[in-house]
Amino acid sequence: MAAVAGNRARRLALRTGHILVLVLFVLFTATPFAWMLITAFKRDSDLYNPDNNPFWFNEPPTLEHWAYVFQRTPYLQWLLNTAVVGLAVILITLALALPAAYSLSRLLGRWGERLGIAIFLVYLVPPTLLFIPMARVVSSLGLQNTLWSLIVVYPTITIPFSTWLLMGFFKSIPRDLEEAAMIDGCSRLGALRRVVLPLAVPGIVTVVIFSFTLSAQEFIYALTFVTSTAVKTVSVGVPQDMVRGDIFYWGPLMGSAFLASVPVAVLYYLVLDRFIAGFTTAGAFK
Amino acid sequence: MPNTAQRTVAAVAAPRTKRRLLDRDRFLGSLLLSPAVLYIALLVGFPFLFAIYLSLTDATVGRPVGAFIGLDNFREIIESRGFRAALRNTFVFTFVSQAVILALANSLALALQRDFRGKGLVLFLILLPWVAPVSLSTIGWLWIFHSRFSLIDWVLRQLGLLEGNLFWLGRPDLAMIAIIVVHVWRMFPFSTVILMAGHSALPKDVLESAQVDGAGFWRQLFQIRLPLLLPIMSVAVLFSTVFTFADMTVVYVLTRGGPFDTTHVLSSLAYFRGIFGGNLSIGAAISLFLFPVLLIAAVLILRLARRTEVT
Repeated sequence: MAAVAGNRARRLALRTGHILVLVLFVLFTATPFAWMLITAFKRDSDLYNPDNNPFWFNEPPTLEHWAYVFQRTPYLQWLLNTAVVGLAVILITLALALPAAYSLSRLLGRWGERLGIAIFLVYLVPPTLLFIPMARVVSSLGLQNTLWSLIVVYPTITIPFSTWLLMGFFKSIPRDLEEAAMIDGCSRLGALRRVVLPLAVPGIVTVVIFSFTLSAQEFIYALTFVTSTAVKTVSVGVPQDMVRGDIFYWGPLMGSAFLASVPVAVLYYLVLDRFIAGFTTAGAFK
Repeated sequence: MPNTAQRTVAAVAAPRTKRRLLDRDRFLGSLLLSPAVLYIALLVGFPFLFAIYLSLTDATVGRPVGAFIGLDNFREIIESRGFRAALRNTFVFTFVSQAVILALANSLALALQRDFRGKGLVLFLILLPWVAPVSLSTIGWLWIFHSRFSLIDWVLRQLGLLEGNLFWLGRPDLAMIAIIVVHVWRMFPFSTVILMAGHSALPKDVLESAQVDGAGFWRQLFQIRLPLLLPIMSVAVLFSTVFTFADMTVVYVLTRGGPFDTTHVLSSLAYFRGIFGGNLSIGAAISLFLFPVLLIAAVLILRLARRTEVT
């Protein structure tokens, strides 16, 4: 009996410990976002009193910061710019990565595999290595301070990883299906269009979401190429231009940062498993 | 051999040369691949070579075509105290945060092995730092480290451990800790999910027979799970090292290299000298110091990949 009771006590302790560990981790990861959200609804007089409990509303909540964000800053313009850049980057990425991935996974044999890894490694080249020469390239193309500069440059980040992801998808489609279509008189390209692409739709959706979130997150190129407020994307506009002359700008700043982060985070979260699979296949586990 | 069969079938079905050419795997393959390769060559390969060229000249924003000055830029950089501090900071930030990330990610990945209600939501909340745009989420930390209204200071005051404020971002030592905290916060969820994928790919029979043989939790962990996880753990470490090492967003948003230029990393220093200060050649040369570490990481990743190809 004592042994059973001891076992139960141990199990209970383990369970409590398990929950406690998870709670601590969630507190660490989510507190900054929670505080952003609370701050965005707090009155200035509540925010800027160091004796007030910062975690709760000591005065009734207010929408004044949101009114400020939407009426007196170019926030909506930044969101629109982000969407435009994201959509253009999606199109360019698909146009280049889909054929490349098909070619590497189906047509080029062993060399395709090796080249695929090489292209994947391009993803490791960080913007901070290239941003200075890239700024010169952008300005000699006459694109500085336009959204085009970002549209042209961001696919350098999205294409390598997307090609790698799509290679994985193409490999999972049985070759027999294309071969059957080709015996039925389709050309290779016809089989690709009619048989392979429809089956690769989940991969294409992943690439669409991935390209969009990556261009919405990018900061360094946007900071370097774009200087006018009106052509900024949200990831650069908010940290650069949301700061007002006086010091009490935290409400609008937190509101605009939170509102732009969460949709991007949700989208990214949706494709995260496939994104992670891209890394794990590149390294070890197949 | 199916390729030969296809080719013959296609050739018989359509004797026109154009179509035959398009059905030849090599030709079609190169045709489909070339736009992507061309794009990468023009916008990654060329800028990289251009960076090397710039670093050997004295080009500035005002005088974009500089004269060739050999390795003078590198000599000047290496002799400057600002650069040496940035180099040291880059390594300190990367290695300290990687050590913490490895500890946190391993414990969390283990804690997430068990299923429970609401696991999806917990996972989302844990992954938020990684999936949210870093320039925006770091702003949340800027507010947490505020000189007067810092959340941390308030908690410490309530616990009676502090009077007044710590001035997190105003003191070099605390500012460095702040930067490391944000790097850890942002990267450990990424390593955690990679390790989770590793845990779920472990061979079930090995784990079960260990259980049957009566191996306890710690023995299973250290003698079976962790050794088997080693390759995937190196993947997590390599990638998150690269991401942390080359990052300038956290430093830029939190401190802009301050106070008194004590928290610069290579990339933020390159930005402030090269873009902000307009000294393109010096900036390009500073950036190039990132390259050896990236090269090493790439080689290690390739070796990992090759090892699994053989087995």
